[in-house]
Amino acid sequence: MIYQIPYIAVVALILIGLYAIIFRRNLIKMVIGITLIESGVNLFLITLAFQKDSTAPIYHGSETGLTMSLPVPHALTLTSIVIGVAVTALMLTLVIHIYKHYQTLDARKIGMEGDEE
Amino acid sequence: MSGMSRIVKTVTNITFPLVLIYGLYVIAHGHLTPGGGFQGGAVVASGLAMILVAYGSVWTMKKINEKHLSALESLGALGFIGLAFLGLIFGTWFFNNYLVGNEILFGEIGRGAANIYTAGVIPLMNFAVGLKVIAGLFAIVLVMAYATRLKEGK
Amino acid sequence: MNGELDLIAEMLKHSPALIVAIPLLGAFLTPLIGKINDKIRNAFAVFIVALTSFFVFLLANDILSNGSIHTYVFGGGPALTEGGFAVRILFEVDGMNAFMAIIASILALAGVIYSWAFMKENTGLDKYYTLILLMIAGMFGMILTGDMFNFFVFLEIASISACALIAFRTNQGKAVDAGFKYIVISAIGALLILFAIALLYSQYNALNMAVLAREIQLTFLDKIALALLIAGLAMKAGIVPMHMWLPDAYGRAPASVTILLVGATQASLYGALRMTSTLYGKNIIAVLKHVDFDLFGQSVVFDITLNGVLGFIILLLAILTIFIGVLMALKETNFKRMIAFAAIAEIGYMILAIGSAFLAVASIDTVTSSAILSQPGYMALKGGIFHILNDALDIGLLFLVAGAIYYATKETSLNKLGGLARNMKYTTIFFLIGLFAVAGMPPLNGFASKILIYESTYQVNPILSIIAILCSILLLAVFVKVFHSAFLGPKQEKFDNVKEAPKSMLIAMGIIACLIIFIGLFPEYVLNNIVTPAADALVNFGNYIHEVDSNYVISLIGGF
Repeated sequence: MIYQIPYIAVVALILIGLYAIIFRRNLIKMVIGITLIESGVNLFLITLAFQKDSTAPIYHGSETGLTMSLPVPHALTLTSIVIGVAVTALMLTLVIHIYKHYQTLDARKIGMEGDEE
Repeated sequence: MSGMSRIVKTVTNITFPLVLIYGLYVIAHGHLTPGGGFQGGAVVASGLAMILVAYGSVWTMKKINEKHLSALESLGALGFIGLAFLGLIFGTWFFNNYLVGNEILFGEIGRGAANIYTAGVIPLMNFAVGLKVIAGLFAIVLVMAYATRLKEGK
Repeated sequence: MNGELDLIAEMLKHSPALIVAIPLLGAFLTPLIGKINDKIRNAFAVFIVALTSFFVFLLANDILSNGSIHTYVFGGGPALTEGGFAVRILFEVDGMNAFMAIIASILALAGVIYSWAFMKENTGLDKYYTLILLMIAGMFGMILTGDMFNFFVFLEIASISACALIAFRTNQGKAVDAGFKYIVISAIGALLILFAIALLYSQYNALNMAVLAREIQLTFLDKIALALLIAGLAMKAGIVPMHMWLPDAYGRAPASVTILLVGATQASLYGALRMTSTLYGKNIIAVLKHVDFDLFGQSVVFDITLNGVLGFIILLLAILTIFIGVLMALKETNFKRMIAFAAIAEIGYMILAIGSAFLAVASIDTVTSSAILSQPGYMALKGGIFHILNDALDIGLLFLVAGAIYYATKETSLNKLGGLARNMKYTTIFFLIGLFAVAGMPPLNGFASKILIYESTYQVNPILSIIAILCSILLLAVFVKVFHSAFLGPKQEKFDNVKEAPKSMLIAMGIIACLIIFIGLFPEYVLNNIVTPAADALVNFGNYIHEVDSNYVISLIGGF
């Protein structure tokens, strides 16, 4: 049972993130929601690497006879974290520009002007 | 934004070199221990962000030339893709690791499995990516700090 | 003589990697070159895209004429290690990839040439050209790759660059808002795709598309992964009900960026096709549920198969997409938003054809390891793939014309335009060509693909074909109204000084218009030499697996 807890955490993070994006109007809360979903997916990727009684997959200075956890999901998670940093930075910069233009962070009040022209 | 008090500035003066050395250590040992280009670069960039917070954005932007930052970033990126293209010329495949087992550049630095030349091109690519990440993340932090001046200027 | 042949053979061998690496190198060099001079930087960007197009045509010529598949393993070495594990990233280019690469390179070339004059008055053009070259590199990487996680990385590269380009005019609040909407929906879609990739990796310990295609056995988690993959890629392709970002993003971005966005959207659609046809190709007729009950004394026995469910859902979404695209286009008054809604409707046509093709899969050939479609289904598949090419060219030309009008008059609303035909003669001709092509009139290229779609969907269900023809006529009505209000009519005083569009914009529009007329006049040539190899490669998943794993034996598909 204790090995299933990370998967429950993954589902909880993704659901909370989706709730924040769909039902909240503040732009910063939408950004936080996307960060939460991405943390959930990264946690899922790392949990896949675990094998029973395994140690870190570092070759130098390791003892023999121990299984190592799979190293490929570690690399996938790192790439995903880097992409997440870039997306978060881009979204926050756009929020700064939106605030400079409209003086409000309410998602229902922006982008409505002059749509017919 | 203006800087913080004298105590904060003194502590920053002491701890910033430690953060810098730790970040460069993580970049340089990327082929042996966990770490590498992005992780070490993020550590150094957070050290630079510490300076930005302690001394204030006005002081920091007077010391930093943004054109130099952009040039450093391009240099790091060009180093990375240049090493990949050199793999095409020297090793007959794109991204090939043509320095493994050759003693062209480094010779015998490090003992046993920590020999630099057993990893080939990977430490060089780590340096290039680390340089790009330091410059890029610091530029992002500077842009965010610039935005806080908008609120105060109004 | 021998030296020359060797050089061309070497370039052919390395071209899958060079097609992605050269735009990356150009993107990293552009800030440094931009410090020297502006004109040199523009010329450098055009040179890089032209060089990439040269390599694309070299590769596509070899693949489409021989029917061979090129693989390229990054870093050398064999594709599979001794234990049968695929640990290296590889690019695998077959007929369908070459077809999409041709489309992407035509759009990229037109976009970069067009932006020479169109963006001249904007500042920050260093970053603009860097982002354009990065987006082109991301598009080509998405199209050529044979590895699932690599597909995700290039998808994110293309969407981050596209978002920054949509919000390029930061002095207009609407453009920044459109960029924000785009990146939120795009990030959610990409994370769903990553979740599906992680699910597939956890079961089969492989990220390579060919190895996964060999191993997938349609367990419960595999079905969830298929649903998540299709949902994520449909979000990026603008299929209803996830189309909300498309009118804003297409309408408020600069025109040269919009034509590249069309390319990125088609690449996501290609990704969805590749995932369902090749990854799950072995199981495409797998029986999900066997239904057997008595209805009023008669026994009803049929099987619910995977391709039946997929085809039904895709057809439903396609009809919705066509309806919503055409109906919302009728009431729009903003020029570019109207063309964006027409683009949504055209994507609906593509999916209509592909859904019919899915419903028509009859069996799997065990000798050549490919799916066998009935004759109307095969025609539907060819029509859908042909329509990807035609739609990209038509909608691209219409967006370039809209950009030219904005450049000349700085107006975007149709209520305020009028009488422009006297001053902008060439632009009017190009708009007429685009109008007739989108509506499906002979002798332009829209007619060739739309007649294939009408004929093949008629065999599935006559009502679908009737709806498709009616909506096509409605599109023609919408665009004739636009033509009348924008170009014909009395000359307005404020447009007295409006001049013809600059030369580089005319050259870009001319390239696409010539291609439209050429495909319209010789559709048989294009259909037999370019579209049929692509459709064959999509159906034949055995070849795809065999290139990576030479021991592949089809008889493993035994019972489900």
